[in-house]
Amino acid sequence: MSAINNSQSSSQSPKGAKSSAKSAKSIAILALALIAFSAVAVVQGATKVKLGLDLRGGTSVTLTPRASEGSKVTTEAIDQAVAIIRQRVNSLGVAESEVAAQGSGTNRQIVISVPGQTGEKIVQLVGQTAELRFRQVLVEGAPNATTAAADAKSATLPTGVTPDLNAKYAALDCSKKANLQGGSTESPDIAVVSCDRNGTQKYILAPAQVLGSMISKASAAIDQQGAAGWYVLVSFNGEGTNKFGALTTSVTKLAAPQNQVAIVLDGLVVSAPRINEAINGGSAQITGSFGQEEASNLANVLKYGALPLAFDQGEVLQVSPTLGSDQLHAGLLAGLLGFLLVFLYSFIYYKGLGIVTVASLLIASAITYLSFLLLGEWIGFTLTLAGIAGAIVAVGITADSFVVFFERLRDEVREGRSLRSAVETGWVKARHTIIVADTVSMIAAVLLYFFAVGGVRGFAFTLGLTTLIDLLVVFVFTHPLVALLARVSFFANGDKLSGFSAKSLGLKIKTDGTENLKG
Amino acid sequence: MSSLSGIGGRLYRGETSIDFIGKRRRWYALSGIVIIISAIVLGTQGLHLGIEFKGGSEFSVTKVGATVEDGRAAIAKAGVTGETVVQKVGNDRLRIQTGALDSFATVKQSLADTFGVNVDDIDTQIIGPSWGKEITKKALYGLIGFILVVMLFLTMAFEPKMALAAIIATMHDVFITVGIYALVGFDVTPATVIGFLTILGYSLYDTVVVFDKVRENTKSITSTGKITYSAAANLAVNQTLVRSFNTSLIALLPVASILFVGAGLLGAGTLKDLSLALFVGLATGTYSSIFIATPILAQLREREPAMRALAKRVAQHAPGSVTIEAKGSVDAGSSEKSGWARGPRNQPKRKRR
Repeated sequence: MSAINNSQSSSQSPKGAKSSAKSAKSIAILALALIAFSAVAVVQGATKVKLGLDLRGGTSVTLTPRASEGSKVTTEAIDQAVAIIRQRVNSLGVAESEVAAQGSGTNRQIVISVPGQTGEKIVQLVGQTAELRFRQVLVEGAPNATTAAADAKSATLPTGVTPDLNAKYAALDCSKKANLQGGSTESPDIAVVSCDRNGTQKYILAPAQVLGSMISKASAAIDQQGAAGWYVLVSFNGEGTNKFGALTTSVTKLAAPQNQVAIVLDGLVVSAPRINEAINGGSAQITGSFGQEEASNLANVLKYGALPLAFDQGEVLQVSPTLGSDQLHAGLLAGLLGFLLVFLYSFIYYKGLGIVTVASLLIASAITYLSFLLLGEWIGFTLTLAGIAGAIVAVGITADSFVVFFERLRDEVREGRSLRSAVETGWVKARHTIIVADTVSMIAAVLLYFFAVGGVRGFAFTLGLTTLIDLLVVFVFTHPLVALLARVSFFANGDKLSGFSAKSLGLKIKTDGTENLKG
Repeated sequence: MSSLSGIGGRLYRGETSIDFIGKRRRWYALSGIVIIISAIVLGTQGLHLGIEFKGGSEFSVTKVGATVEDGRAAIAKAGVTGETVVQKVGNDRLRIQTGALDSFATVKQSLADTFGVNVDDIDTQIIGPSWGKEITKKALYGLIGFILVVMLFLTMAFEPKMALAAIIATMHDVFITVGIYALVGFDVTPATVIGFLTILGYSLYDTVVVFDKVRENTKSITSTGKITYSAAANLAVNQTLVRSFNTSLIALLPVASILFVGAGLLGAGTLKDLSLALFVGLATGTYSSIFIATPILAQLREREPAMRALAKRVAQHAPGSVTIEAKGSVDAGSSEKSGWARGPRNQPKRKRR
């Protein structure tokens, strides 16, 4: 071995010195970046990886939108449905509940996850279909509960308000989250009490005269003169035109608040505009101090609330905290075991070089853990059991890029190069293989992410993330580290424990330079 | 282990050479038989689909001393008819699978009463009837999308014929893995499907490593004219053999530990299904990149006129030229068997002497 590298090592030292400074710099930058990101994590309070429901217990429901009579599944309709369901789920007040659409385009599912033991309540809550109704406002007031005047007589109450209804109205406390659940299934034919969606007002509302299905179009627009700002345009179909005309004609003469018509979505008042004039032309304009977002939100409510989406319950998953912690422990145990096996194999097969594998894997795990922390904080990433599996599988795939590099390195040494020059020539060749192979893994991960649903997406996500981390580690840590180690005589001289000894490379040259002629 | 390294050195220099490409008919036949058996079993027996595909409910109760009989009694009391599966999972967990239910709350209550546990402590999974169709569709889209994108990418990174050979090998892996599942009767769940799709990526990773070396070895063979495409490709497979073995083994170790923990401790579920599919797939993936992908590639390339001409030229060369070339530090004792030029001395790109 020493005989082979004599000729090259002397001529290469200036270049070698430069590259070793570069290697040390690269590792130092990585170390600094790790420290910096750890500091960010601590500052942002992200000290714990957010766990998915399957690891800590909870309920998750996946809904698949179904096109029903006259309604089409569109991206906007799904967004609208997500907003309605989110409103219902948030009313439970369970921290870290989540409602999100997964998948792409119209092929999306809505995934609702609520931690803890909420049981069947969630399942029933999210299953109902939202309805949009127009109801005349009878009474409007502050959200808090009041004591009803016990002797209230029908005579003193506004038309259409019964003492019973009045008592209900008085008792209603819209500042309580539980009352903002929505999902009311009350018949459109009776008067009801209701809360504003944000809990800032409460109402007594007349029977619904116009239903959401009577709306044909709704859109947000801006007044070009800029006087009125953003407003919402609504058009009604034939039946809607007549009924809305009748409704506006009758209320426009009344005093406030009875000249208002509430837009009620899913049992909650979204908006209660005052009617300025009788609208008989079938199209109305709702003005107010809207921003663009508020205007288009209201337009969406009118447009999609009108044609309620129906959902099929795809999957309901209820995991008790016991099973959750069992799964977490199993996942961690599997990870530990996987690590140990890979470490063991690296040391047995690559001997001293195994240190590089172990160090690189530890760095990769540190980066992965840090990413979990930060992504949990930034994009709400939660670690699921499938995600843990993805990370464990990635240990093998990450170690694979080291194998590709090491084997290239050994090939170069076999061809008679010194270890120091082999690091560079071997790296250039291995680099190409590693990039191509990791790109293929990445393509797989991205496609899996977009085509999978539910917890399994976590697998694709961690797989993709760790593939990127693998690339990073190989480039800024493993290669520089090997380049540095190649200058250490233990490795450069092919010590029998270094992984570069003539024996372990299968070279037939003994270290004393004499040829072995046993072949 | 160091004896394996020694083999690595000999394989690298071409002293020990396994004729993967020349004997390709043997491997094709082997794979062909396995695929035919798979197709027959798949046709007659089909896959053992989990409730995620069929629709239905799964309950699991954790209670020390819970027995399968108790479980059966509990669901019978709740009035569940039709096919049910009651299994003991791990030490003290009972898993009950039923078909579609009218009221899963009744079943839960009955289980809670029988085993004296809180209703909310019963783990439940309810799958709607259309769910299976949905995920099957998605998996299929994923598969098609993956093949198209990867094909395009490999064509750009390597060459079209390599992409084609890699994809054929990958399809081969999918067939064989699905066949093994049908044959053994393992449960197929969405986690299994994800496992399958991941294998596609992994199987290609392995093939990419081999093809990268093939490309390197064949870069200038037409100008040197000493070695046929097949021979150069075969050398590449041999040179990367230890690498393929190592990458596969190292990838397999963590998967095996998930399988061990998932099947041994948890009994069933995501971990077991995922790792089992990966385990089976990784093994076939390694096999196919060596025995299927490279021979197919060589066959495709050998049909090209330039490669045919090269093969003719190589055939005209006397086998003796090899020994003259290799008189350096490495003895040339092993080159007497065939006319193939072997060893690093014959790698086209090296022109040191």
